[in-house]
Amino acid sequence: MALKIVKGSIDRMFDKNLQDLVRGIRNHKEDEAKYISTCIDEIKQELKQDNIAVKANAVCKLTYLQMLGYDVSWAAFNIVEVMSSSKFTFKRIGYLAASQCFHEGTDVIMLTTNQIRKDLSSPNQYDTGVALTGLSCFVTPDLARDLANDIMTLMSHTKPYIRKKAVLIMYKVFLKYPESLRPAFPRLKEKLEDPDPGVQSAAVNVICELARRNPKNYLSLAPLFFKLMTSSTNNWVLIKIIKLFGALTPLEPRLGKKLIEPLTNLIHSTSAMSLLYECVNTVIAVLISLSSGMPNHSASIQLCVQKLRILIEDSDQNLKYLGLLAMSKILKTHPKSVQSHKDLILQCLDDKDESIRLRALDLLYGMVSKKNLMEIVKKLMLHVDKAEGTTYRDELLTKIIDICSQSNYQYITNFEWYISILVELTRLEGTRHGHLIASQMLDVAIRVKAIRGFAVAQMATLLDNAHLLTGNTQRNGICEVLYAAAWICGEFSEHLEDPMQTLEAMLRPKVATLPGHIQAVYVQNAAKLFATVLQKHEGETDSQAAQETSQLLIDRLPLFVQSANLEVQERASCILQLVKYIQKLQQKNVEVAEEVTALFAGELNPVAPKAQKKVPIPEGLDLDAWINEPPSESESEDEKPKAVFAKEEPKHYRSRNTEVDEKELARRREVRKQEQANNPFYIKASPSSQKVYDAPGVEHIPVVQIDLSVPLKVPGMPMSDQYLKLEEERQQKEKAERKKKEKKKKREKRGKGRKADSGPESEEDITPAQHVDIVTEEMPENALPSDDDDKDPNDPHRALDIDLDKPLADSEKLPVRTHRPEVLKSPAEDRVSESVPPETKKKSSKEKKEKKKDKEKDRKRSKEEKKKKKKHKEVEEELLESQPEEPVQSEETKEAAAPPTSTSAEASDLDFWLSSAPVPPAAQEVTVPSSAVETSSAAVPESEPDEPKDTEPEDTKSSKHKKKKQKKEKEEKEKKKKKRHHHHHHHGEAGGEDSVQNGTVEEEEPLPPMSNYSVLAENSFIKMMREDAEQVYDIQGNHQDESKVVVSIIFENKSDSFLKSMEFNVLDSLNSKLQRPEGAGPHDGLTVPFQLPPGVSNEARFVFSVQSIVMPQKLKGTLTFIVKSDESSTHEKLDFKLHFTCTSYLITTPCYSDAYAKLLESGDLKGSSLRLEGINMPFHHLLARICFHHHFSVVERIDSCASMYSRSIQGHHVCLLVKTSDQTVSIDAKCDEPSLLGNVLDELKQTFSKC
Amino acid sequence: MIKAILIFNNHGKPRLIRFYQYFAEDMQQQIIRETFHLVSKRDDNVCNFLEGGSLIGGSDYKLIYRHYATLYFVFCVDSSESELGILDLIQVFVETLDKCFENVCELDLIFHMDKVHYILQEVVMGGMVLETNMNEIVAQVELQNRMEKSEGGLSGAPARAVSAVKNMNLPEIPRNINIGDINIKVPSLSPF
Repeated sequence: MALKIVKGSIDRMFDKNLQDLVRGIRNHKEDEAKYISTCIDEIKQELKQDNIAVKANAVCKLTYLQMLGYDVSWAAFNIVEVMSSSKFTFKRIGYLAASQCFHEGTDVIMLTTNQIRKDLSSPNQYDTGVALTGLSCFVTPDLARDLANDIMTLMSHTKPYIRKKAVLIMYKVFLKYPESLRPAFPRLKEKLEDPDPGVQSAAVNVICELARRNPKNYLSLAPLFFKLMTSSTNNWVLIKIIKLFGALTPLEPRLGKKLIEPLTNLIHSTSAMSLLYECVNTVIAVLISLSSGMPNHSASIQLCVQKLRILIEDSDQNLKYLGLLAMSKILKTHPKSVQSHKDLILQCLDDKDESIRLRALDLLYGMVSKKNLMEIVKKLMLHVDKAEGTTYRDELLTKIIDICSQSNYQYITNFEWYISILVELTRLEGTRHGHLIASQMLDVAIRVKAIRGFAVAQMATLLDNAHLLTGNTQRNGICEVLYAAAWICGEFSEHLEDPMQTLEAMLRPKVATLPGHIQAVYVQNAAKLFATVLQKHEGETDSQAAQETSQLLIDRLPLFVQSANLEVQERASCILQLVKYIQKLQQKNVEVAEEVTALFAGELNPVAPKAQKKVPIPEGLDLDAWINEPPSESESEDEKPKAVFAKEEPKHYRSRNTEVDEKELARRREVRKQEQANNPFYIKASPSSQKVYDAPGVEHIPVVQIDLSVPLKVPGMPMSDQYLKLEEERQQKEKAERKKKEKKKKREKRGKGRKADSGPESEEDITPAQHVDIVTEEMPENALPSDDDDKDPNDPHRALDIDLDKPLADSEKLPVRTHRPEVLKSPAEDRVSESVPPETKKKSSKEKKEKKKDKEKDRKRSKEEKKKKKKHKEVEEELLESQPEEPVQSEETKEAAAPPTSTSAEASDLDFWLSSAPVPPAAQEVTVPSSAVETSSAAVPESEPDEPKDTEPEDTKSSKHKKKKQKKEKEEKEKKKKKRHHHHHHHGEAGGEDSVQNGTVEEEEPLPPMSNYSVLAENSFIKMMREDAEQVYDIQGNHQDESKVVVSIIFENKSDSFLKSMEFNVLDSLNSKLQRPEGAGPHDGLTVPFQLPPGVSNEARFVFSVQSIVMPQKLKGTLTFIVKSDESSTHEKLDFKLHFTCTSYLITTPCYSDAYAKLLESGDLKGSSLRLEGINMPFHHLLARICFHHHFSVVERIDSCASMYSRSIQGHHVCLLVKTSDQTVSIDAKCDEPSLLGNVLDELKQTFSKC
Repeated sequence: MIKAILIFNNHGKPRLIRFYQYFAEDMQQQIIRETFHLVSKRDDNVCNFLEGGSLIGGSDYKLIYRHYATLYFVFCVDSSESELGILDLIQVFVETLDKCFENVCELDLIFHMDKVHYILQEVVMGGMVLETNMNEIVAQVELQNRMEKSEGGLSGAPARAVSAVKNMNLPEIPRNINIGDINIKVPSLSPF
């Protein structure tokens, strides 16, 4: 053994460390791969050694190699070994390696659960920190489920360092284990107000991430965030919150109104550009959500645009970029305000920075008008020529097409120009967007009938010069254009001037090098051209030319018949046979043109891409219905679609409903026609436009005709630039003409005429240059108007779409394994979250036997509530409140109904908060009848004599965002809720401090929910709650025999007054002392480091030093404070007793079964035993209780027998063997300190005697 | 959320990579190459934001980077992060490195990748910003380094390792011990 160790340490000296490895790699530049492979072999050897230091070193090197791209997953198990080292140095290396290379598929991850749990509960904060950091990178659903509770506990750790990490990692846990969100959320929310800014920022961060994906669930937090926004000075937090508001405002326009002012103030005041930018962004979001009808917000828009202009003009490219980015958001809703900065944006197009040019391009999209389209596109075309990178050029190309084709070619006045642009774009080399250009050509040629002649001529030229486009077919996407060209020439061949020439061009041998699908179109359209040529020549009785054409086809088509492409081959051979037959007929002088043309007769209408999908189910066809025997539930199914449609706009409803009779259908068709005629969407250029014409069968296809003043021009081959000039000239001319007319007609109104001349021409003045029919795409009758936006089903955030306001159900608790105290519910959260329905709380406080009793009480209570409600009703009627009344339900259902009503109350809280910004007149009235409420609450004690503690003034607990002017009935609702909570606290109190029961979860049966806060003391002003399991830790070092215990106490202000100058003091005993700051006397109190506004609660921690932990301790203490109300301030005090049980010195420590056995074998432990009779609870409940209340962990459990372990803060081991049979529980215990054992057993006994 | 943090030099050699979403090793290398390709061709006086990067992210993601002497620091973030904020964060990170390494240079990053990781862990955790206050970050890093030193660090490891074996704390590191007193045989730990 010794020899081995010596050998190990000698080997160790020759091992490479990370630095040696790096150096070695740098020295072997030529044969790096070879060198590394020898290194990996060395590492494999090192990993085989027992020495953990050697292993850690090897793992560290592997981490480096992983960065260089080497797969190191084979060492996963060794990484786990290093992670479980007891030394921080090695542990850190292990966790780093794990975070770099573990993922969900790594199978050894499941071995880490216990190790991580152990590290999380380590007394060393950096062990915990390292474990949290590592876990955040490789958390799996299993780990998340198993560790959620441990992490949640850490969220209340004493060290802010741990707290902030625990808070952040919760987001990852939520993603992997969405069930944990609801139980953890109250505490997460609590952390928003953590005294440490880092923790607060982490909580904001997590909630923002959550809210970004499912904003509606977080609307109720808006008041809290609003408070943070107006109070925080941390820019990071502010930015996050402001971003969050940006996500929330679209859901709640009232929130936007409330935000505008503080945001505007921030914009004016802040010097941080990042904050300014986010404010502007959110203001934009607000303005978008308010959309219209807010005249006074034009100032805000102006402010935003003005600030953005400053950003864009800044020399800092980053600001310029962001300015443009934000500008594009404004553009969507307020294009006018952006358009005035066109100069600036065009200038950005010339920027040397590609990112900026791309952003400017985005903006251009919204800046075009009929007037400037040509000019802007011309500029872009120049850029296309200059652009060096293909990505940017492709981007330009798509932008040009987007800009021109937007809203159904709304801004194009001259389609000849557009076709020329498209043709010019085909000269781009190496673009990927040939397909896009082709589809535009097809679209325009099909839908704009007037342009077909021109388009066909252009396409014919393209086909003629096809060799220019197909220079490099394989990597060139532009040849797609030929597909369009061939089709257009074929389909509209009647417009061709020289079809023969085009036909010849289409049958050139070089065509065979084109992609198959294009050849297929060539062949098919060659046939169409052939038909046209035949027809043309037959009339002229010149059979020679027609026969030449047939011969041409017969000569050339065999080339295609040999094609490898099936489609080409099939078409070619068909057509070849056809032509041969025609040739025969021609030789017999039979007229065939008519019949050949008939092959291609008929117009093709454009069909919308989604048309097929939108074909509605025909009337009377119910796909779900049984063909033979209709089941009885069919009725309810029929109603289902109605419910869905009811929410939608009536217009949609009309076109969707499938259950209408013939008459109704006809009537609706009429209505629709009417609607279409009146719909401004169907562009009419001038009032004299022709009516929509109804072709039989296509009556619903709206065809728009645009009037024109200038006859169609067909120039030879004009380039797009020429159009620009032509257009200018044309407009000039028109203007001149109009001027003349105006002069003639309106001599008196001269002033007006002048104005129109001097100012820029308005949109409507520009008449299109051509007679254009834009045929809209064909859609099936009764097409479904909206598309369902299918969300990505793989999005992990979908699972987090959880209603957080709903109360927690029993089944939702997190699985508890280590029996660390689990706080789902701290009293501080009662008011805000209502997370535990009253019933479940009761279960936790009393045993099942008492359940019945409680129910009866509840009934009583609900009766009383009804009474109260009547009173409220009176108040309400006076106030004419619009709030819906809580439905009064039967006694039995009342209990179940309680949670939803409380939720609605919360929602109305938000409503109130939102509506209170400009204080509505109704809210001001409310202050008066407050006395009425007082009386109603005063009535409570009389009706509930069995609950004496309820006599305290009811309006003491108020929520944070409750304002004095709050509407009365809301306040009361809230109070009712609170009252219920009160009861439950009192139930808990009855049994003493520790009596608020808690449970853990096992698969077998749900356990009662938990709260580890118990009431320490309370009076009418303040309530002190103490955390059941105070954090206990051992200070290593100087104080060898002294341990410290941290007690967290929540102070809750229940009064309407402000509480300040709170002082906490405890009478020290010999054994236990309150830790006071240096220089303070032994009897001085500790100042509580905060003040409490009405209704607010906060947590303070006090440190006690304890000498001996083998005996329980009781300390008497006093809290003094000043109650400050509007008129007076009084000095008050509250006495309490702090009870330190022996249990509270125990720390839940996991223990392996073999170590446990070893411990018992060692013989150092003294034994004792305990017998409990009449325990009537499931065994796992029993274990859960011991674990939760006495901080034990289960080592092993078999049937009705379990071994448990815990350790005291001073290192005493406590072992239990618990057996149960027939209501009798026997506990054999062993501990190295007999008196501690005796006391722990006494406490155990006490716990179980209570139930 | 931050999806990835990459540090590489002017030649595209990675100095630190930290992905907050799983990518296989070869994919990681491809991402580094692509990112380097995108970033390296940009002038120093253009903006620090970059869209694109087909391998990582998508339309919602941006590359935000800074170029210091021979090193590029690239953060890949989604739209929930403030662009200027991340730029500040990179600055904070680099200044922290500078403090911890005393005039940081590329060599420090080359030879102490692990330390750089430990510093980064105090700034960003699981893709979310953990701390932005440089003093706090430096303090935490130093406390941990001190702890490592007190344990002897890697250099003194052999001696420490020997003593560790000798003083093995039995209840903590149990091995090959039969179950005695309690007559239960369970191969693994109970589900608690």
